[in-house]
Amino acid sequence: MKEIAFRVGGAAGDGVASTAETFARLCVRGGLWVHTYSSYQSVIRGGHVWTQVRAGTEPVLSQGEEPDVLIILNQETADIHVPLVRDGGAIVYDEQLSKLDGLRARPTVRLVKLSMLATARQLGEPMMKNVVALGAALALLDIPFDPMEKAIREVFGHKKPEIVEMNLKAGHTGYDAIANDGGSLGRDLPYGQGPGRMMMTGNEAMALGALAGGCRFYSAYPMTPASAILHWMATNGPKHGIVVKQAEDELAVVNMAIGAAYAGARAMCATSGGGFSLMVEALGQAGMTETPLVAVLVQRTGPSTGLPTKTEQGDLNLALGAGQGDWPRAILAPRSAAECFESIVKALNLADVYQTPILVLSDLYLGEGNRTLARDELDFNVPILRGFLADENGDGKGFKRYKFTESGISPRAFPGMKGYQFTAATDEHMENGFLISDVLAGVPPWIEERRKMMEKRMRKLEGLRSEMSLPELWGPPDADLTIVSWGSTSPTVREAIGRLAAEGHRVNSLEFSHLFPLRIAETQEILEERKTTIMVEANYTGQFARLLRAETGYAVDHMLTKYDGEPFEPREIVARAVQVIEHGA
Amino acid sequence: MALELQQYKSETKPDWCPGCGDFAVLSALTRALQVLQLPPWNVLLVSGIGCSSNITGFLSTYGYHGLHGRAVPVATGAKLANPELTVIVAGGDGDGYGIGVGHFVHAMRRNLDLTYVVMNNEIYGLTTGQASPTSEKEHRTKSTPEGVIENPINPIALAIASGATFVARGFSGDVKTLTDVVVRAIKHKGFALVDVMSPCVTYNKVNTYDWFKKRVYVVDKEGHNPRDIHAAWAKAIEWPNLDGTRERVPTGVIYEAEYPTYEQLDPTLSRHEPPAKQRKLGVENPDEVLHEFY
Repeated sequence: MKEIAFRVGGAAGDGVASTAETFARLCVRGGLWVHTYSSYQSVIRGGHVWTQVRAGTEPVLSQGEEPDVLIILNQETADIHVPLVRDGGAIVYDEQLSKLDGLRARPTVRLVKLSMLATARQLGEPMMKNVVALGAALALLDIPFDPMEKAIREVFGHKKPEIVEMNLKAGHTGYDAIANDGGSLGRDLPYGQGPGRMMMTGNEAMALGALAGGCRFYSAYPMTPASAILHWMATNGPKHGIVVKQAEDELAVVNMAIGAAYAGARAMCATSGGGFSLMVEALGQAGMTETPLVAVLVQRTGPSTGLPTKTEQGDLNLALGAGQGDWPRAILAPRSAAECFESIVKALNLADVYQTPILVLSDLYLGEGNRTLARDELDFNVPILRGFLADENGDGKGFKRYKFTESGISPRAFPGMKGYQFTAATDEHMENGFLISDVLAGVPPWIEERRKMMEKRMRKLEGLRSEMSLPELWGPPDADLTIVSWGSTSPTVREAIGRLAAEGHRVNSLEFSHLFPLRIAETQEILEERKTTIMVEANYTGQFARLLRAETGYAVDHMLTKYDGEPFEPREIVARAVQVIEHGA
Repeated sequence: MALELQQYKSETKPDWCPGCGDFAVLSALTRALQVLQLPPWNVLLVSGIGCSSNITGFLSTYGYHGLHGRAVPVATGAKLANPELTVIVAGGDGDGYGIGVGHFVHAMRRNLDLTYVVMNNEIYGLTTGQASPTSEKEHRTKSTPEGVIENPINPIALAIASGATFVARGFSGDVKTLTDVVVRAIKHKGFALVDVMSPCVTYNKVNTYDWFKKRVYVVDKEGHNPRDIHAAWAKAIEWPNLDGTRERVPTGVIYEAEYPTYEQLDPTLSRHEPPAKQRKLGVENPDEVLHEFY
C-alpha cells in the first residue's frame, strides 16, 4: 500500500480540525482511504491540538505513527512535532507563527518556510493562513489543485464571490510556493484513480444506523465524545420522523427513551461514561419492565471526569454490571465505522425482539475519527424486527404482558390498543403485571411466582446469546501467537499482525465485537486452539481479559494495556508481540 | 355507549392505610376520567415510587410504575412518542419535589401537555416517616428529631415560576373540588400541576385532615382570577412561605394560561405521524441521506 501521514497542529481556535478534515475529504474524493485522529483538549481557545490524517491506496486501519507532512500553526506544535517528522518528509512553517531554531528535524526532512499569515492578512482574512498551508500540502503530495478549488467553491459559494476568490488566491499561493521551490515529495500517491467514497466518523455511522434501523426517538445530554450523534440527529431527525430530545440530564435522557419505547417508538440514547453512570438505575428498570432500549456508551478516559477528550476502553465493567440485580442484556462493541452502523441496526432489532436494553460500546477514537467507507459497506435495506406483539384485533381479555413462555419473550402491547391495558412495574410483578412486592412478597405461592418471573426474564439472555457473533480471526489460523482484542482496538491489531508477518512472524488477530453474552463453549474452543495469546485493550485492569476468564475459564497468557488516553499505535503492539516471541514474556 | 365509572377501576384494591388521603385522589381521578369519557386504553398513567405511586395499579388505564423520581421523564418520552395519548403523572411529594424536582421544573418550562397530580402529605410514608421536601419547619420526624430546619418547597410558586400553564391545589378532604380541578387539569392543553394536600394518617401527626379543614378555602369562591399572574402569585405565597404564616391554605385553580405546547412546536411532531404510530420505518432514499458524506 502507498500511504502518507499528514499532520497539522496549532492552538484550539486555529482551525486545525477543519484544515485536516478538508485535507482528508480531498483525499477521499481522490479515491484514497483515510483514517483521522484528533488530539485535542477540553478548551475552546488555546492549548495544543493536532490532527493526523493517514491516507493510503487501501483501507487504512489505524492512525499510524509519525507524520510525513507537518503543518505548524503555533510554536508548541513546532516544539513537539518537528523531531517526529519521518525521513523524506516536509515541515511547513511560518516564521511569524513559530521558530524552528534549536529544533532537530531529521536530516532528510525538507523545511518549507511559507508566509501563511502575511499572505492571509494581505488578502484580508488571517484565518486563511490554513488555506495557504493546505495548498502547500497538496502540492507536496502531488494532489492537483482542482479538487481544492471545487471544495472552496462548495464551502464559500453561497457567500460573496470575493470570498471565494480570496480563498482561491490563498490556496494558490501555498500551492505555487511548493511548485516553484523544490516541488513535490515525489511520493507517487495515485490521486483521482479510485472511486470517490464516503468519509464519516463512528458517531455519524451510528446515527445513520439508527435511522436505517427504524429508531424514532433519540434523547441525549451533551457529552464528549458522544455529542456528534446528537448533532446529526438534531439536524436530520425531524426530516425522517425521529423525535430528538435534549434532556436536562442523563437520568431524564434514559427515562424519556424508556417512556417512548414503552409507548411504541424504537428508542435510543447515547452518552459517555459519566452520563452512563447516571443511567444505570434506569437501565435495570428497562430490564425489569421489559422495555426495549438501545443505550450507546462512547467511552473516554476515566475514572470520573478523567480526560474528556481522550480515549479508553475502560467502561466494559460498567456496562456489564450496570443496575442492581440480574437482568438480560447484550453488549456490542463495533470495531469500525461500518460496524458502528451495523451494530445499531442489530441493537435496535435485538432490543425489540428481546424487550430489554442492548448496550453498544464505542469510544472517542472510533466515535470521533473519520474513516473512509465504501457505499456497499452501509446496507440500508435491513429487516426491522418489532418482536412479539399482541394482536391488535384481539379483545385483550386477561392480557398477560409478562406471560411465562419458553423463550422468556412475552407479547407486547402499546398504550392506545383497546383491551390490553396493563401496568409495567419496576416492582416484581405477576404475568399480568400486578405487583408481588407489596402485600404478596414472601407469601408461598408468590415466592414461587417471583422465582419463575426471574427465570422467564433471564431465559432471554440465552436467546440473546444465540444471536451473538463469534470472534473473527484474521491472519494464519495456526499462528504461533494470537493477539486478542475488542472494539476499536482490533483494526490497529490487524495492521500490527501485517507488519509482524512482513518481519517473518506468524501472528494472528482474534477480534471480538460482540462481548456479552458470549457463546461460551464455542468461544472456549476457539481460545483453546490458540498457542500463545496476548490481550490488547485500552484500560488498566484488563476488563475484557477478566470477562473472558470469568465466562470461559480461559486466561490469556500476556497483556498489553494502555491507559494514557492515547489510542494504540501499531508499533506498540508489534513491539509487545516481538517481546513475547523472543523472550516469552 | 357511555363509559361507566366501573370501567376505570382495576381488579387490584388499594393497599393504602385506612384513612389515607390518596383514596380521595384515586376517586377524583377515576371520576374525572369518566366525566371526560376518555377511553382507558388511550390513557397512560405514569408513577414513580412511594405509597401514592402505587396508584397506577388501581386504575384500568395503561400504567407505568417506574423509578423513584423519574415518572415525569418517562411520561415525557411516552407523550412525545404518541401525543394522542392522555398522559397523567401521579406520585408523592418526595418523588416529585425531592428526588425528581429537576425533571419537574424542566417539564414545566417545556409546557408539555401532561397532567401531574402530586399527592403531597409532607412526609415520607413508605419509608416510615422521614421529613420530606414539603415538611414544614420545626416538624419533628424520624430524620429530624429536633425539627425540620429547612424551608419547604412551595410547589405552586415553583410551578408558576417554571412556566407551568395550569397550577392548582386540591385537598383530599374536598373530593368535589378536587375532581373539578382534575377535570380542568386534564382538559388543559399544556403542563398542569395539581398539588393535592393528601394527609398521611400514619406518619404525619401535624398536617392532619383537621389541620387542613381549619385552613383550606376555594379561591374561585373568593373571586380569584387565575389568568391574572400577579393575583396567582399572591395566592401561591399565601402558604407555605418564609415567614411561616399558615392561616389559610388556598385550593382550586390558582393559575391558568394558554401558550403553545411543546408537542405543537416540536419540529418532528409538527410534520409527521407520532413516532409510535409510524409503520414505515425504513429509509426511502439512503443516497440522499449519504450525500453529505462525499
